[in-house]
Amino acid sequence: MKWVMLIILCLSGPAWAGEARPLADDPAAEARLKHLAVELRCLVCQNQTLADSNAPLAEDLRREVREMIAKNMSDQEIIEFLVARYGDFVLYRPPLKATTTVLWVGPFVLMAIGATALVITLRRRSRTVVEVSVTDEEHRRVEQLLAEGEKRS
Amino acid sequence: MNRFLLPLSIFVVVVGFLGIGLTLNPREIPSPLVGKAAPEFSQPQLHEQEKILSPADLKGKVWLLNFWASWCNGCKTEHPVLMDLAKSGQVPIYGMDYKDQREEALTWLQRGGNPYSLVGVDETGRVGINYGVYGVPETYVIDKQGVIRYKQIGPLYPDTVEKKILPLVKQLESQ
Repeated sequence: MKWVMLIILCLSGPAWAGEARPLADDPAAEARLKHLAVELRCLVCQNQTLADSNAPLAEDLRREVREMIAKNMSDQEIIEFLVARYGDFVLYRPPLKATTTVLWVGPFVLMAIGATALVITLRRRSRTVVEVSVTDEEHRRVEQLLAEGEKRS
Repeated sequence: MNRFLLPLSIFVVVVGFLGIGLTLNPREIPSPLVGKAAPEFSQPQLHEQEKILSPADLKGKVWLLNFWASWCNGCKTEHPVLMDLAKSGQVPIYGMDYKDQREEALTWLQRGGNPYSLVGVDETGRVGINYGVYGVPETYVIDKQGVIRYKQIGPLYPDTVEKKILPLVKQLESQ
């Protein structure tokens, strides 16, 4: 029985292995599409790029971008086409505008707050640590005690 | 007591932000098309395929453009709301059958009723792209000059119709 299964498996293997569909006739256009698509966000699965996503809309948008590339439109024009329809949200690197200032400046503000807090606490701590001066006599005694402790262990 | 005050206030602020974050819907992306002219199209109609549906023919009217599909889940929830709105006769609803099979779309309308004045067919999804559609159902309110005044992402609920769509339609009608 096992043998029969194995033979069936071996025979059916090649039947499934269809050839990969060529992405486009023009490899240069495909390279441009790839280059553009990693900069663009898929609107359906929002944490994926247009290049990664298998959502039907992403496929449609890739087709659209391919056609625009075939029409010899510049990257700038293609991105403008998409932004006009879907807004800055399609861009993984949104432009600096009034609405996106928090996005761009926020992390630096947070970092500045953190850095100041760190400096303040460090300063405060250094003030609380009292420097204790040790005389030569005391120093000798410490060494003696340490040496004794070593011997015991 | 004092040493807990600062961490506590930071905690409260963070919880506040997270709380606001929970109430936001990340799928709602503000459309850049609101306030702009509705993109032109001329698509074959679903029922009479030789006829054309085009926004140019609807100039001078306030109307809704609703993207839907028979395969779309949200459209099921929305359908009775559209039916009620159509029955009230307050605003004409034009449908755009988005990336759908004709037969299935026709069956859908036969079963659930047809709230649309006319339905256009967008088989390739190209009209959808021009309107910035990224998930059906989506509904646009278009004014007499053919400008998009509102975009609803996701299904219309009775509440949205009452509070947003109808007051806006009334206001646009009076202009």
